[in-house]
Amino acid sequence: MTDQQPAMGRVDQLIARDIACVRGGRLLFAGLGFSLAPGGVMALTGPNGIGKSSLLAILAGLAPAAAGSVELPTETGRIAYLGHGDGLKPLATVTETLAFWAVVNGPGNAQARRQAIDEAMETFALGPLAALPCGYLSAGQRRRVALGRVVATAAKLWLMDEPATALDGAGARAFDDALAGHVAAGGMAVVATHGPIAVDGIETLEIARFAGAAAGIADPDTWGLGVDQDP
Amino acid sequence: MIHFLANPARFMRIGARVLPWCWAVAALGMGAGLWFALVSSPADYQQGDSVRIMYIHVPSAWMALAVYSLIALVSAMALVWKHPLGYLIGRAAAPLGTGFTVICLVTGALWGQTSWGTWWVWDARLTSVLILFFLYLGYMALASAFDDPDRGNRAAALLAIVGFVNIPIIKFSVDWWSTLHQPASVLRSGGPAIHPSMLTPLVLMAVGFAAYFLALLVLRVRAEIAGRKVAALMMASAMGGAGSNPARRERI
Amino acid sequence: MTAFFALLAFDIRLSFRRGADTMVVVGFFVLTVVLFPFAIGNDTALLARIAPGLVWVTALLAAMLALDRLFLADFEDGSLDQLLVSEMPLELTVLAKAAAHWVTTGLPLIVAAPVLALVLNMDRAGLAHLALSLALGTPVLTLIGAIGAALTLGARRGGVLISLLVLPLYIPVLIFGVGVVTAAIDGIDASARIMALGGLLLGALALAPLAAAAALRQAAR
Repeated sequence: MTDQQPAMGRVDQLIARDIACVRGGRLLFAGLGFSLAPGGVMALTGPNGIGKSSLLAILAGLAPAAAGSVELPTETGRIAYLGHGDGLKPLATVTETLAFWAVVNGPGNAQARRQAIDEAMETFALGPLAALPCGYLSAGQRRRVALGRVVATAAKLWLMDEPATALDGAGARAFDDALAGHVAAGGMAVVATHGPIAVDGIETLEIARFAGAAAGIADPDTWGLGVDQDP
Repeated sequence: MIHFLANPARFMRIGARVLPWCWAVAALGMGAGLWFALVSSPADYQQGDSVRIMYIHVPSAWMALAVYSLIALVSAMALVWKHPLGYLIGRAAAPLGTGFTVICLVTGALWGQTSWGTWWVWDARLTSVLILFFLYLGYMALASAFDDPDRGNRAAALLAIVGFVNIPIIKFSVDWWSTLHQPASVLRSGGPAIHPSMLTPLVLMAVGFAAYFLALLVLRVRAEIAGRKVAALMMASAMGGAGSNPARRERI
Repeated sequence: MTAFFALLAFDIRLSFRRGADTMVVVGFFVLTVVLFPFAIGNDTALLARIAPGLVWVTALLAAMLALDRLFLADFEDGSLDQLLVSEMPLELTVLAKAAAHWVTTGLPLIVAAPVLALVLNMDRAGLAHLALSLALGTPVLTLIGAIGAALTLGARRGGVLISLLVLPLYIPVLIFGVGVVTAAIDGIDASARIMALGGLLLGALALAPLAAAAALRQAAR
């Protein structure tokens, strides 16, 4: 039901309309909508289990929304997603990891790719770790590599779930700088977070627990099937 | 049709109306079928009275295949229209289909004992039904293998479609394998040619079996819907009344 | 296409670095075949007669043994999400991962099979056809297995479940695979059976990535 196809014409915004999310037969939130213009950052906040990660997954196209639609910016089809898992292979070195993901989900042009990888290595101080297999890294170092992958994709839209997890002070500052640089260059980001993010002009979307019956969802009359009622 | 039945309340109403007819047709079909099968039809000149096993064996083989096809069909509908009723029907039908498969295999073994003197022969048809039995087992195991029932539903639905696509291939390969390893036997299950006096009870029994299956299916789906309704209400009250409109509650 | 080959190369390289994957599969294959003479007795003629079926069944089981690794690590460490989010079509992703898996587990079986057939005293007329039938058949096993591996992601008892789902679907491959070898040994024209096996391969190449990709999408949400 999530319409991932962009509308006709060029859209440079990320637009979410009337999103509802059902997890495990439970309605987490409904009627959620927002738009994000180039250069915008949105922080998703709210208590645990409210559906921040689920919303990010919906925006990334990993999970369908129970209702509503998402319009991704058409300018670049690529999105960078950072979930709970770092997505690193213990036996692949940091360099190999970044190079691989830049090919799978990065700029098509080899030189642009090279540049994006260099930028990622520099931003998160990955140089000293470059030749190490990811399995040797600490949790914070792994997180830096995962963040480096986000930079290496050179995607316009970043979707991040608790990006600062396990980062030390320097790492967190590097992340803030990277995010600031990304939006200053016209990028967009949606970041689920509990902590503060030191980026100017950040918008905050606090997800509230859904209360009351929405049309056809979590309504006892649909008997937990989440389907339409009698016409 | 699926959209018409897709509403659980409507399914319950229609189910309640259809159910007595299903029972009636099942009783009539099987009753008359048994009379023709046991009394009115002739014994086979070669197999004697043991040929009467066929009137149970063949209709259950038909049902086994038909029910699997039904599961694949409703699974495809559920995946395409993202409608959970298809999953419910598929999961409710699977144990019934497995039952028909087991009946077919057991009667096949009994029949084999009387006509070939062995409980099991690697006859192409029996072997195909045996593989169908494994497909059923896989479907049911996968459907119940997840903590999140929705995930189990979707995975099992996909598996049902994959299995359905494979059935003709399996059937063809087993038939080919069978001709390769043993020359076609004179006494194939189903017989080389069916005499009309045998066809009447066969068709009657098949109709009875189908109606019986429908009746059980409606019962099982209704039970499942009721169970989900209870779960939804418990969830709603646990969430502090979210979605629990008292005006609706009395209609449970 | 660049992404396809990058994923293929990445997976193969990591698998070789791990090393154990290939060894476990081939070790299981060899050891299980070697068990049979102990169970059946050292009747050379009997072993020779059942060798094609025996080698094929064991190869099939060995190929199945490695299936749970196909997507599980990616599912658990978050790589699967990355692959899903990327622009690479998921069907192509499945194909690349299945190809890498086949290179590290299927290919070694094809190399080991003729040796084992010789150990079992199989008629040498069937050796080339044994390798050929495995070359055509093992990719089908991997592709069908990819569907089972994707369907069981996140399931309880995933490994055992895969065998229950996948083994019935392996039967046609087994029938035609052994058919090719016995035809060669019996001096019958094997081309029809080779064609049938090739047909299964083409069908699996076309359809299995679709089904496995659909299953992966279901698993990831």
